[in-house]
Formats: sequence, structure tokens, C-alpha cells
Amino acid sequence: MGLASLWRYLLGGLGLAALLAGVLAIVYLTAPRAPQPSSDVGRSKTTANKLFVATFEPEKGVIRQGELESWLLTLKTVEGAPVEGAAITISGGMPQHKHGLPTSPQATDYLGEGRYRIDGVKFTMSGWWQLHFAISAAAGSDTVVFNVVL
Amino acid sequence: MSRFSSLLALVMVAVLAGCGRPEFSDAEKQTIASLALSRLPPLKPDTTNRFADVPAAAALGSTLFFDTGMSGGGTVSCSTCHKIDRQFQDDLPQAVGVGRTNRRTMPLAGVAHDPWFFWDGRRDSLWAQALTPLENPLEQAGNRAAFAHYIKARFGERYERIFGPLPDLSGVPANASPLGTDAERAAWNAMPASQAEEVNRVFANIGKAIAAFERSIAPPQTRFDRFAIDLVAGAKPKGDAAFSSEEILGLKLFIGKANCVTCHNGPRFTDGSFHNTGVPPVAGLPPDRGRVDAVAQVEADPFNCFGAFRDGDASACRELRFMVKTGPELVRAYKTPSLRGGATRPPYMHAGQFSSLDEVVAHYSKAPASVEGVSEVHPLQLSDRERAALVAFLKTLAE
Ligand SMILES: [Cu+2]
Repeated sequence: MGLASLWRYLLGGLGLAALLAGVLAIVYLTAPRAPQPSSDVGRSKTTANKLFVATFEPEKGVIRQGELESWLLTLKTVEGAPVEGAAITISGGMPQHKHGLPTSPQATDYLGEGRYRIDGVKFTMSGWWQLHFAISAAAGSDTVVFNVVL
Repeated sequence: MSRFSSLLALVMVAVLAGCGRPEFSDAEKQTIASLALSRLPPLKPDTTNRFADVPAAAALGSTLFFDTGMSGGGTVSCSTCHKIDRQFQDDLPQAVGVGRTNRRTMPLAGVAHDPWFFWDGRRDSLWAQALTPLENPLEQAGNRAAFAHYIKARFGERYERIFGPLPDLSGVPANASPLGTDAERAAWNAMPASQAEEVNRVFANIGKAIAAFERSIAPPQTRFDRFAIDLVAGAKPKGDAAFSSEEILGLKLFIGKANCVTCHNGPRFTDGSFHNTGVPPVAGLPPDRGRVDAVAQVEADPFNCFGAFRDGDASACRELRFMVKTGPELVRAYKTPSLRGGATRPPYMHAGQFSSLDEVVAHYSKAPASVEGVSEVHPLQLSDRERAALVAFLKTLAE
């Protein structure tokens, strides 16, 4: 085989690859997307009845799978005032695995400025976790759900 | 990943397909890396046992571990079931001490990393665990008063160098325990509280010494670990670190379609938690409901983290404090066992229900319903080839 025909084969191959990529791209970009549990992983959100703005974040800044960790739940009114003296209960689990939390996290300390320590949080497997908070304070009772994806 | 970079990745894959597909995706490589023994963190200090890392305590603990004098009849030691040359287990479906128990002996490699002990987690520290078989009539069948006398007579000097002066035991009955026979319980109840406390203190220290020894039992490196190190470093695994195509398929299934890694995760291949996986009960054994019945037991244990014999402060007791106490998920839930070394220690499950890895994998593929509670496992319909590949991979964790 001459050098010229080798080039022809190579160019032809590349052309085919480009065509394939183009077709795949169209299929991929137009395909309906499955609901993504990870699309709502915001650390700050307004509670269900819009009574509070809640922020939920790991106290040490990082999440380590399998470790018993403390998180901080910060509660503000929609006007931005810290919510004090709130009673907080926590439940949750992995919706796709249909099981609950491996531990029973509790609000253990009030740290001031609307910040509550939520201790005893543990994520034992990777995937989509949900934490449900029921919050009762002077302004009333409300709930909020946070998604954590590991 | 943004849509554009996903697209770019897709194009790369399409182009690469012509030049030989890479064996593992980046996500798979990450999961494989997370399972490697090199990722096992160093043991955390156990502040509830201030002797946990004291060499003399570990040495005494090792003596006690192998000493048949540490039993009611002088014939059974920890090592009777936790055999040193058999990964600290006994190859039996149910452990046999003084009598036959209803549970499989657990191996001990890496045990000190666990948050809970026994198949059902009815103890919350390694030292509290070590005390339990000592007084179980089916295991070592002793009683704490007799153990205190035995320690004083046989190891008094060694004990005192580690733990300080032994109490005056002259008024302590030869046999007494709150858990023993009628006579032993009566003798225990007749003891003044201060004397009972002193005996309990010696007893707790026995557990602390044995725990100090057990902390040294670490899982060895395996073929899988050598494979993982090379793979993650971007080197081609060579020699015995190279996996056959069957082992590679097994590993891919383990971390992929077969979902094994959901619970068998991390360098010890366990999430340290409790799950109902539909493993059937064994006919003829007493009813066994797993974790749901262990919760009350660990709460009632006077040697638990909240008890008087803990060293350090209660900040070490968070596992117990935040323990799940109720719920249908605890019914027939058992601890995820480590899979390291598993291939060479049948039978499997909490009462030795399965005699081979083939049976184990077949169980998870079929995922039968649990006799009580709900199994977390879903049917997989693995082919014969896939089941064999999973078994082949599991063997790399024991070579
Ligand atoms: Cu899960």
C-alpha cells in the first residue's frame, strides 16, 4: 500500500469518527434527562412555609463518609434576624435505598446568632441522602429538607 | 460536570473506542482507590480505655487472650474460638466454647476500627466486648469474682504495674456475678456496693488489657491492594498484582451493577452499620432478631461508654448517644462484615448459614424476602458467569 492511500484511509477514519461524534452529540443533547437528586444540593433554603431561612453545613467544612460528624443549622427569619430558642428534630435517609439514617442526629447546642449544632450525623454509604428538619420557634413551626450527595 | 465537558468526554470515549477501551472509568478508579488498604486511617485513640496503647497492657492482654485459665472450667480461652492461625476465627457455623452458641465467630483483623461489636452491636467498645464471653455460660462460663481472684493469684504483679494496686479481695466470695448462676447472683447481691465496684474495676481492666492486645491485629495487604495501588498510580499491575479478565469483571460488578460496595465500602469493605439482607434463620437455634434486640442490651451494659468504668470524658460516647434505638430497619439487621480474608474462612453470615462464597453470591443475586422485617437487598439476576466473576474477585481479598 502506498503512502497516499494510507493517508486516505486515515482521513476517512477520522471523518467517520467525527460523524459518529456528531450523531452521538445530537442524541445526547436531545435525550430527556432523568430527574437528578443532586440538582438540589443547596446549603441554604427557605423553609416549606417560608417562616425561616435555613442554612445547613458541615461544622468542619468537609464531609467524610463513615465518620460521626457535627453540622451547623443556622436559622434566620426571612428578614434576616437570628431565630433563637428553636426546637429542632431531625429525620431522614436514602430515598433511593428506602432506608433511614444510620444514626439519630440531635440539636445539641445553641451557638448564638441563630446557629444550632446538629451532632451525630453519619453518612455510611455514597449516594443521595436527605435530612428533614422540623423546626418550632416563636414565629411558628416549619420544615425543611436538605439533600446531601456523596 | 457541565454539558460541554460531558460531551467532550463522550467524544473522547468514542475516539478511544477505536484504540482499545480503558479497563476502568475515572469514577471506578476512585471507588477502587477508596477500598485499598493504604487508605485505612490510623487507629483512633480510645480515650475510654487509657491503657489502649500501653504496651504492657497489650502484653498482659495477649497472655489473657490465650489463657484457658480465663474460664469457668479452665478449658476455654478467647483463642479457643478466635484462633490465631485461622484469622482469629474457628471455621465453625456457630462458635463452640463451653457450649454451642448461636452465632458465627467473627475474625479480628482491624476490629478496633469498629464502632460496634458483635454481629448485632450489643457492645460499644472493644473492652466492653471482651468482658462478655468471659461470663457467657456457653463461652468462657466464668464469673467476675473468680476472675479477680485468678488475676491476683496468677498475674498480680503484672496487673499492678499497669493498673495500680489490686483491691483487698479477702472478703470477696470465690464465685459471684450479677449475671451468673442463682448462687453466684446471691453471692454478688450480698456483697457491699464498694466491694462489687472494686471487683467490677478489676473485671473492666481485664477487658481493657485484652482490647489493648486486639488493637494490634491488623488486616494484611492482599493481591487486590497491590492491584489497586498500581491501577491508581497509572502503572500496569504486574506479577501477582495483575488481575485476570474474570477478576476484573468481578471487581466491576462489585463496585457497579451488583451494588456490593454500597455496604461493603472503605478499606475494610464494611460500613460498620447494620442491615437486614434476608439471610434465613437456622433451624433449631433460639430466635435471633439481630440489632433490634441489641439496643436495649448495650444501653443496659454497666460497662458501656456512659458507665462508671469509662476513662476520659463522655465526649467519646457519641456513637451510643446518637444510636438509632427503634425502627423496623433494626429487625434482623446484622453488622456488615469485612470481606478481607473472607474467601478463606467459610462458612458465612451471622450463624454460618452459607458454606461457600458461591452460596453467598447466589443469595444476594436472588435476594429472597426476610422471614421478619424487610430485606434491603434487591434481586440482581446475575448470570452464572457474573456470579463466578464476583467470587473470583472476592478471592483476591484473601491472597
Ligand atoms: Cu443506602
